[in-house]
Amino acid sequence: MKHLLFAAGTLLATQAVAETPVLTVYTYDSFVSDWGPGPAVEEAFEKTCGCDLQFVAAGDGAALLSRLRLEGARTKADVVLGLDTNLSAAARETGLFAPHGKSPVVDVPNPFGEAGAWPDETFLPYDWGYFAFVYDKTKLSEVPGSLEELAASDVSIVIQDPRSSTPGLGLLLWIKAVHGDKAEQVWADLADNIVTVTPGWSEAYGLFLEGEADMVLSYTTSPAYHRIAEEDDSKAAAMFPAHYMQIEVAGKVAASDQPELADAFLDFMLSDAFQQVIPTTNWMYPAVMPEGGLPAGFDAPLGTDHALLFAPDEVAATRETALGEWLRALSR
Amino acid sequence: MAARAVPLKPVNAFAWIAVAFVAAAIFVPLAAVFVRADTMVKVLTSDWSALRFTIWQAILSAVFSVGLAIPVARALARRAFPGRGILITLLGAPFILPVIVAVLGLLAVFGRGGLVNQVLGWAGIEPVSIYGLHGVVLAHVFFNLPLATRIILQGWQAIPGERFRLAANLGMSPGQVARVLEWPMLRAVVPGALMVVFAICLSSFAVALTLGGGPRATTVELAIYQAFTFDFDLGRAALLAVVQLVIAGVAAALALWAAVPTGFGAGMDRIVRRWEAESAVLRAGDAVWIGLAALFLLVPLAMIFLNGLKGLAQVPGMVWTATGTSVVIALITTVLVLVLALSLATARRGWAEIVALSGIAVSPLVIGTGLFIMVNPWINPAHLALPVTALVNTLMALPFAMRVIAPEVARIEADYGRLADALGLRGWARMRWLVLPRLRNSLGFSAGLTAALSMGDLGVVALFADPDFATLPLQMYRLMGAYRMEAAAGAGLILLVFSLALFYLFDRGGRGDVDA
Amino acid sequence: MLTLEGVVIRLDGFELQADFQVEEGKRVAVIGPSGAGKSTLLNAIAGFVEPVAGRVLWRGAEMTGSAPGKRPISLLFQDNNLFPHLTVAQNVGLGIHPGLKLTAEEQARVERALARVGLEGMGTRKPGRLSGGQQSRAALARVLVQRNPLILLDEPFSALGPALKVEMLELVQDLAGELGATVLMVSHDPSDMERFADAAILVADGVAAAPVAVAELMENPPPALRDYLGN
Repeated sequence: MKHLLFAAGTLLATQAVAETPVLTVYTYDSFVSDWGPGPAVEEAFEKTCGCDLQFVAAGDGAALLSRLRLEGARTKADVVLGLDTNLSAAARETGLFAPHGKSPVVDVPNPFGEAGAWPDETFLPYDWGYFAFVYDKTKLSEVPGSLEELAASDVSIVIQDPRSSTPGLGLLLWIKAVHGDKAEQVWADLADNIVTVTPGWSEAYGLFLEGEADMVLSYTTSPAYHRIAEEDDSKAAAMFPAHYMQIEVAGKVAASDQPELADAFLDFMLSDAFQQVIPTTNWMYPAVMPEGGLPAGFDAPLGTDHALLFAPDEVAATRETALGEWLRALSR
Repeated sequence: MAARAVPLKPVNAFAWIAVAFVAAAIFVPLAAVFVRADTMVKVLTSDWSALRFTIWQAILSAVFSVGLAIPVARALARRAFPGRGILITLLGAPFILPVIVAVLGLLAVFGRGGLVNQVLGWAGIEPVSIYGLHGVVLAHVFFNLPLATRIILQGWQAIPGERFRLAANLGMSPGQVARVLEWPMLRAVVPGALMVVFAICLSSFAVALTLGGGPRATTVELAIYQAFTFDFDLGRAALLAVVQLVIAGVAAALALWAAVPTGFGAGMDRIVRRWEAESAVLRAGDAVWIGLAALFLLVPLAMIFLNGLKGLAQVPGMVWTATGTSVVIALITTVLVLVLALSLATARRGWAEIVALSGIAVSPLVIGTGLFIMVNPWINPAHLALPVTALVNTLMALPFAMRVIAPEVARIEADYGRLADALGLRGWARMRWLVLPRLRNSLGFSAGLTAALSMGDLGVVALFADPDFATLPLQMYRLMGAYRMEAAAGAGLILLVFSLALFYLFDRGGRGDVDA
Repeated sequence: MLTLEGVVIRLDGFELQADFQVEEGKRVAVIGPSGAGKSTLLNAIAGFVEPVAGRVLWRGAEMTGSAPGKRPISLLFQDNNLFPHLTVAQNVGLGIHPGLKLTAEEQARVERALARVGLEGMGTRKPGRLSGGQQSRAALARVLVQRNPLILLDEPFSALGPALKVEMLELVQDLAGELGATVLMVSHDPSDMERFADAAILVADGVAAAPVAVAELMENPPPALRDYLGN
């Protein structure tokens, strides 16, 4: 009798689970960690969707795309969240994504479209930021005001490898966008400022905090973390005439068996409930400014005229040329 | 006498199974990546320069690690002093640390704002930079000196005390003892140690890049990473992984060929006193070597410890869950590694050792990708997070366990094989009554090493990531990635303590004089 | 009867021929110059070295090709006769069952054997804590429990003092008598041979000769033995 009851209970439970539709979202590791946006996003979305939102974490953005390519059309993902504009052209080429069919108004200073409009028909932005060199105000007094000034100074920097890290690639494209054909010379001038090149952001930022360099390549929003989470106002981002951007995007998988839920999630992604979590969990600017604005301690973002970005379909070719220049300049 | 040469027995079934298992675990995923690669395989010129740099830094690291380990091991072998056991355990710590923890510890000593440059600054001397090839080698010596020391120390302790008594009786000088007793031992032990360190440094990635100072210090492992994630060129990634394996294989074959069996025979395992080395000069020399090694290895550890203490209070609860996960994986890995290493070692064939050694130079990224390609159509990879992590850790740790266990098994067979044969000790009885008890020291050391390595290994292949399953090093990395450097340092301290505790428990369990 | 039938042993360019029989219950010394192949002969009988030609038979049954542990032979080497990590009783017990699965009766047999060789109450000790003579006695206790009809001794007592060595040889003689066993013993010492052996096999110039009564041999030594004895 006991066994029978138990069996019946299991059956009911399985049925209850089976009746709840599951939305599978592939994302990167830090999105789903306890201190990332994941937990709050999941709770808020599940309140309205009548579904079970499941995150699958797969390393970083680049690893996310690799996984998707390995899985192909058989992927279980309904939505992929965590690519950026450097990866989105390659992601689009896989043919695995469906157009989102939305025309949202976003607060992203978008240099390759009209301000406020979002031209990409496959991917939608959820947050963004500017790359910048971060320093300690109590230690560095003469802060360079541009890439050339930095290269000419004897300020030491730690950067990331463009072959393995997103900020590293960002700097590569930044210098290429500002200096074009002279990029190789700028790298050669920068060579004596570079203490070392790390494989990822964490190592570089760790070295900077240990005092190994005056500046580290990070984001303009990095000082906000120290200000808000640590009540430490000593870190600042050096303001240059223009900064390269990173825009993080999400897209709907064409083979999804939950297309309506996927659409609902993308709508939810641009709503206040999602966007207000972003600044103090992902430490980036929200793609759509939530009603309450930015939390105290966040600087207002620089406007469109300070923003640099290659269009997604230009990235691949530019990256290859720029990488060759980088290798030559720094291998001397 | 010719009768000493005991003919090799046929390879038993366990060894065949173990060889098949390890080979399959390495080569089947590799093949899967090749099959899945749809593009023509091409190698870039930058890959060749990466290869050159990789081999060069690995050779330098191996030579310096082993070269310095010889005097340190000799000093430890012939000096008894209080705290010697603890010191030997602590000296093993750098080897099991996650790379980034160890690098930050090193930087606290040798970095721009580190202790060394502070002292130089007071003396009015220009600061020295750790970044560059010398920094890479320094870090690799930091990681591998302890391992090399332990391997060579074992060689020293394997020389029976009777031989040293005989040498004393014959009035041999330290130089004569070195030539007659120590040199033959080193001839047999050093090639293996060189090979292990070389193979470890071959797959170096984060150390070489972080301390290398720039793209000149690009290693093959980075090229694999780039090919896989940024270019999505599976064929190139797999080909580079094969190149790495082949180099390690050649190194292994060279080392096996160069290693000459010592033929010291058996002694009744008493504590060794060294009459020839009792002069004040030699005592002082040994003290200096031990002191320098201790300073070099322990000061960065102390810095990690101090930095970690500050962050301990900020460590979130999930770090403790992750600690539990890591301990479970470490124990599973240890069991797997010991079973495989014992089976492979009893085969007593060079090729068995080469198969086992492949794991050292195998790229976890490529193996993980291959496994993913194989299982993904059938099973949700997240469900396999634990077995896959344990499997990858096993492949990585097996070569170390083999290096420790295989020579011991060979020695046991040389010394007691005939007696065991005459008594008809075969199969399990031989294992139970001869091999296992005489291997106790080596088994304990291997188990400790494996458990600690597994604890410190980032291991988890991102493709198999399960949100609810995270190892301690992975959580530590995540904390760092979320700006929480102090909490990460705290997690690093927890990792250090648990790894060392596991190592100590296993190693201690194996030690002690079994013959008394 | 131990029979070596046209046996040829070849090792690294060294060759030894043997074609002889040893009667059961005899104690035979194996003598000859150093390096002539005395140990090799024993190793061939024990199964550690396979002859390239010929057969080794015991009581008419062929032993050639069977594993050392399967032959009805107890063997003592020059050294390493005991496992240092096992107790004396365990070392002896291995002679009864290689897996050490001993019944109470068998354990009692081990105790009796230890008592017989004068090691009463020392069963729990490890070999490292015994004297050289006691280690030899422990090895002999194992020979006793093995109850093999053929005992091969490859100079196991050469490290012992003269008095102790005589004591051990007498013990072997007694034990062999009790077991009714045939003994082959490598020896360098003519006085050992005269005291202990009924007959001797001379190993010299690549040939292991048939056993000859010791008295006869000493009275009329062949040239090779004369050279070896040096007088």
